[in-house]
Amino acid sequence: MSENLAKIKAPSESLFSKKNRKLLIEPLTDNNPVTVQVLGICSSLAITVKMDIALVMGLSVIFVTAMGNYVISALRNIMPPRIRIIVQLVVAAALVIIVNEILKAYLPDISEQLSVFVGLIITNCIIMGRFEAYAMANKPWPSFLDGIGNGAGYAILLLIVAFVREILGSGSLFGMPLFGDAIEKTGLYSMGYVNNNLVILPPMALIIVGIIIWVQRAKNTTLQEEN
Amino acid sequence: MAMDKESNAYTIIFATIMVVVVGGLLAFLAISLKERQDANGEIKKKMEVLSALLSPDEMMKVSRENAEAEYEKYITGGVVIDVNGKVIADGEKGKDAAFQTNIQAQYKDKTIAVNKRTYPMFTAKKEGKTLYIIPIVGMGLWGPIWGNVCIAEDKSSIAGASFGHKGETPGLGAEISLGFFIDRWVKGDEKITDENGDYQKFDVVKDGTGAQTSKIDGISGGTITSEGVEEMMNRCLVPYTVYFKTL
Repeated sequence: MSENLAKIKAPSESLFSKKNRKLLIEPLTDNNPVTVQVLGICSSLAITVKMDIALVMGLSVIFVTAMGNYVISALRNIMPPRIRIIVQLVVAAALVIIVNEILKAYLPDISEQLSVFVGLIITNCIIMGRFEAYAMANKPWPSFLDGIGNGAGYAILLLIVAFVREILGSGSLFGMPLFGDAIEKTGLYSMGYVNNNLVILPPMALIIVGIIIWVQRAKNTTLQEEN
Repeated sequence: MAMDKESNAYTIIFATIMVVVVGGLLAFLAISLKERQDANGEIKKKMEVLSALLSPDEMMKVSRENAEAEYEKYITGGVVIDVNGKVIADGEKGKDAAFQTNIQAQYKDKTIAVNKRTYPMFTAKKEGKTLYIIPIVGMGLWGPIWGNVCIAEDKSSIAGASFGHKGETPGLGAEISLGFFIDRWVKGDEKITDENGDYQKFDVVKDGTGAQTSKIDGISGGTITSEGVEEMMNRCLVPYTVYFKTL
C-alpha cells in the first residue's frame, strides 16, 4: 500500500496512466463488485426488469460512487477519525438525495418506477465499501476513477441481467417490442410464442446473476476459491 | 494548522460545518427543483383523473406530454362541496377549485375535523355523455391508498375507476390497482345509490358472493387493503349522493 501511495504522489503520473486505467477497467470484469465481491445484490434483483430503469439506476450509482469517492478522498486528511463513518454516510446520503430530486424533476416516470430503490442506493454496500477501502487511503483523482469503475461494474451487470429479463420476460428492449404484439398476437406471438412471466419475478434475476458468476469463474480460474 | 483531529472540539466543529454545508446545498436544490416537481405532480394528478374516465386502451395513448391537452379535452368543469353536499365552489371557478383541493393532505391533517373536509368532483364529457369523476382517498395496510371513481350520467352507476397505492404488498394488496380488481367495481353494474337516491353501501366480501349487487370480491391475501378500498368508497362517496339529489 505504501508503495502504491508513493507512486500516486509522484507528480509525473499522468491522468490516465496504466494504473489509473486499471482502476477504471478492473471492476468491470475481474474485480466486478457484484459478481466477484458479491455486493449490491439486493437492488440488482429488484430493478432489472427493464433496460431503461436499469440504465438510470446504473448511472445514478456511478454518480454517487464517483462523486462520493472524490469528496471523501478530498476530506480524508481533515476528517475526524472518530466520526468518519458518519461523515461517509452524510456524503452518500446527500448525493443520493441529489440524484433522487433530479430524477423526480426531470424523469418522473422512471423515478416512480425506481421508487424506493434510488433512496436505497445509500445502503448499497459498494458505496460505503469503496469509501472505506479506497477513498480513505488514496488521492481524489484515482478515487474518482475507482468510483466510476465500480459504479460502472455494477451498472454493466444490471444491464446484462435486464437485457436477458426484458427480452425473455417482456419480449422487448428499451420498451421497443421485438417479437410483435403480445396482446394482438402478431409476429412470433401468432405462432404460439409466449413471454416467460417467471423471468419478470425477482428469483429469476438471482438465477441469471448466478449463471453470470458461474460463466465468469469458469473462464477465469484465478477467481475460483480453493477449499 | 496544528489541531488535534481526535479532540472533541475539532470533531464537533467539523460535524457542524458539514451539516450546515450539506443542509444548505440540499435546501437550495430542493427549492430550485420544486417548481418542476410540482408541475410533474399536477400532470400525474390529471392522468389519474383521466384514468378513471378512459378505458385502459384509451389511457395507453395518454402520456405526460399530452396529458394536459387530453385533460382539457375531456374535463369540462368541476365542483367542490362540503360534507353535507352543499356547494362551496362551482361554475367558472369550480374546475380549478376541484383540481386544487388536496384531499390527501386533508385526510392526513389531523387538525382538520372530519366534517370540515371538502369534496371535489370533476365533470367530464365523453361521447356526448356527462360523467362525474370523484377523487377518493383512504388507508391501506402499509400506507395511503387513493383512487378516482367515474359515475355515469344516471348519477349512480360506476362507469370507471382507478386505484393507486403508495406501498402495498406486491402480489397481494398492491393488486387493487390492477384491471381485474377494478373490473369488479366497474363491470358488475354497481350503483352508489338505491332507488331513493340514498347512498348504498359497498361490501367487500370473502365468500365469493361478489356478483351480487353492492358486493365486491376482495383480494386473497390482500384483505386489509381490500377493506381499505371498501372504507374509502363508503366514506368518500356519501356527500356526493346528497349533492346529486339537488341537481
